[in-house]
Amino acid sequence: MPQTTPSTIERVKGFAWLLMATFVLWLALSSKLNRAELICGGLVCLIISLFGAHMYSKLGFPSLSMKMVLFFLIYIIVLFWEIIKANFDVAYRVVHPKMPIKPGIVVIKTHLKSDIAKMILASSITLTPGTFTLDVIGDKLLIHWINVKAEDIDGATSLISRKFEKYLRIIFT
Amino acid sequence: MQIIGTVITGIGTVFLCLGGLGVFRLPDVYNRLQAGTKCTTLGAFLTIIGVGIMHPDWLSKTLVIALFILITNPISNHALGRASRKSGVPLCDRSVVDKADEFEEYKEKQ
Repeated sequence: MPQTTPSTIERVKGFAWLLMATFVLWLALSSKLNRAELICGGLVCLIISLFGAHMYSKLGFPSLSMKMVLFFLIYIIVLFWEIIKANFDVAYRVVHPKMPIKPGIVVIKTHLKSDIAKMILASSITLTPGTFTLDVIGDKLLIHWINVKAEDIDGATSLISRKFEKYLRIIFT
Repeated sequence: MQIIGTVITGIGTVFLCLGGLGVFRLPDVYNRLQAGTKCTTLGAFLTIIGVGIMHPDWLSKTLVIALFILITNPISNHALGRASRKSGVPLCDRSVVDKADEFEEYKEKQ
């Protein structure tokens, strides 16, 4: 990947995301709402974000908008449903006396561009029924599948990643 | 509140137990990783949230811990899977397809 200096917009975005994340983390950890705690935590978060923003500006964070937040919430619900399904799926395969597995390694492709979007997609695939990501290069992902249903790239893509990618593409536009 | 928390923690431990059984029964590294990731993610998540529900003062802290587990567990699993593929751990006999070579060719073209 070529080393480019991030633009001002990217820097501001990285700063805003880092500030928000560290401040929410502080609120959750302190779990008090005194004025002193808030001011002290806020100052430390501000300093951390000022010094750390340049490291996070290359990851390609999305811009904040109502649509993005809404789709992110839908995405979280979909992800949780898939996690629960994944657990019952694995539990069934483990407890079944004959172990109905049919493992294999397949390749799928993605249309997502930014690194952070690809990371979220790979982690989501890992948490969904029967699949986990082995490697990501460019726009292809190497997937281990415990119960292979389609061997070609298009069939596997539509079965594994389509349900996440349609949300992620809206979130990361 | 106490009862709900206990029930949720109990369900979490059942999933953790199934994950352990999966690591014991499944044939090769990759299949074991499947059981090891999925069951431990939900199991640890439910166990920690259950403790948070039992003691409502800790709920925000337990939510942060659960969030970190949810983010880091797939990444550690990914690292283990990638490392075992790079060091040449073979797939088990029941495997039906292996497209890893195709992927290597694609990687060299990049």
